[in-house]
Amino acid sequence: MKVYKKLMAAAAAVFLGCVLFAFTPAGKVYLTHTGHIWFFAGTAMEDVNANNYQVAANLNSTTGEMAYSVLVKGFEFRRALMQEHFNENYMESDKYPKSTFKGKISDIGNVNFDKNGTYNVNVSGELNLHGVSKTVSAPGTITVSADSVHAKSTFKIALKDYNITIPSVVKDKISETVQIHVDVAYSKK
Amino acid sequence: MLHTQKNKIRLKGLLLAACLATPMFSAAQTDKMLDQLDSGMAPTTDYTTATFKSTRVVNAQSVENLSEGVLDVRIDHRFGPVNEGPYTFFGLDEANTRFQFDYGIKDWLQVGIGRSASPKSYGGNIKLKFLRQSTGKVNMPISLVYNLFTNVDALQYIGPRNNDFNYRLAYVHQIVVGRKFSENFSLELIPTMIHTNLVALSTDKNDQFAMGVAMRQKISKRVSINLEYFYLYPTLSVTDVFTNSLSLGMDIETGGHVFQIFLTNCLAMNENDVITDRNENWLKGGIHLGFNISRVFTTYKPVHKAI
Repeated sequence: MKVYKKLMAAAAAVFLGCVLFAFTPAGKVYLTHTGHIWFFAGTAMEDVNANNYQVAANLNSTTGEMAYSVLVKGFEFRRALMQEHFNENYMESDKYPKSTFKGKISDIGNVNFDKNGTYNVNVSGELNLHGVSKTVSAPGTITVSADSVHAKSTFKIALKDYNITIPSVVKDKISETVQIHVDVAYSKK
Repeated sequence: MLHTQKNKIRLKGLLLAACLATPMFSAAQTDKMLDQLDSGMAPTTDYTTATFKSTRVVNAQSVENLSEGVLDVRIDHRFGPVNEGPYTFFGLDEANTRFQFDYGIKDWLQVGIGRSASPKSYGGNIKLKFLRQSTGKVNMPISLVYNLFTNVDALQYIGPRNNDFNYRLAYVHQIVVGRKFSENFSLELIPTMIHTNLVALSTDKNDQFAMGVAMRQKISKRVSINLEYFYLYPTLSVTDVFTNSLSLGMDIETGGHVFQIFLTNCLAMNENDVITDRNENWLKGGIHLGFNISRVFTTYKPVHKAI
């Protein structure tokens, strides 16, 4: 009977642990709906870049898990026609209205969310763009200040990985690789 | 004893289930974070874009307006009719030209001026967008545009007569109602009223009504087939020689240009003449090859609207 009681107690502890781990997101989840993502896909011939100021993003300060959700039509170009082409011909944003990222900061333990400063981190996860999911990883920084947690990163993707083809007439104007900049300030509240 | 054993089995089952469930839950954790994001997003209005590729289908106005700060320089050509035969190289020796400059003052307000070689005329138009097709927070099934075109006839008057400037004017009022039914297919209706200050015969009507229909079918990412037709209610005194305007064209998009090439039975490019002129007959080879070249320039980028 003693063995049974001990076992019961251990099982209860393990089970409780599992339940707690699974259901209560340990740590704080930071959130924003006004993150900024921009990209540069131009060449020396043509300046192709666009900004999106309505990026939704969250970050779990303990597990390092993070997610981003971006409305493709929210990218603003300098030229209206370029924006139309971006949506209609390249991103097909009626078919794929959102781009998302879900991933994890592997070294979240290095970041002290209670102490102001800039911390170097590494992120990897799954980028879903134009209906294609691919694993990406990139270095970034997290800057903790009194009222915000500011995450920044720059990485490159190849358009052909996401089934986006560039017609030959604009080959010299649009780069095969796109540089993506992420600049997201989570509110600390 | 039996009771304890049963408990033990139950216990093992629980442990197993817990251990199996743990990795599953943590893998789903990032998905959950994404779901939380999406559920927290405010609903947005998704405006339909590229119902037509250009502000014109062939001669007719499309539901598209130029965006704020965009200048569209158009050079339009219509060759002679094919049925002129080999002497004019099936009409290609002759060409009617129109220069057109359109500008987007606001996303919903566009103005333009143009000059046609034949019939010699100047024209100005103002195009107001009242409704934009959209889904999401604002659900609007159609786009609606009002276009007012004023034509100034620039032909020299022959013979002694009272040359009042008003005699040169004609007005075209159009409501363009369009819908992008699918990614590939768009359709619009263009109820039109035309007022001509001076008509040829006393039996001719100053006010005429027409109904236009235009459609676009995409055949590849950058090429579409366009069709447009104007039906003029037979109010002219000379209806027997009148032929409605019918054009079949293709839009080819190359970066900053839209190249429109088409076959049409009207030589004129100013709307009042396109709709009311005695156009040629398709069946008798009265077909003109034509093209519009549209090049857009962004004069400035509107300031980002903070949310």
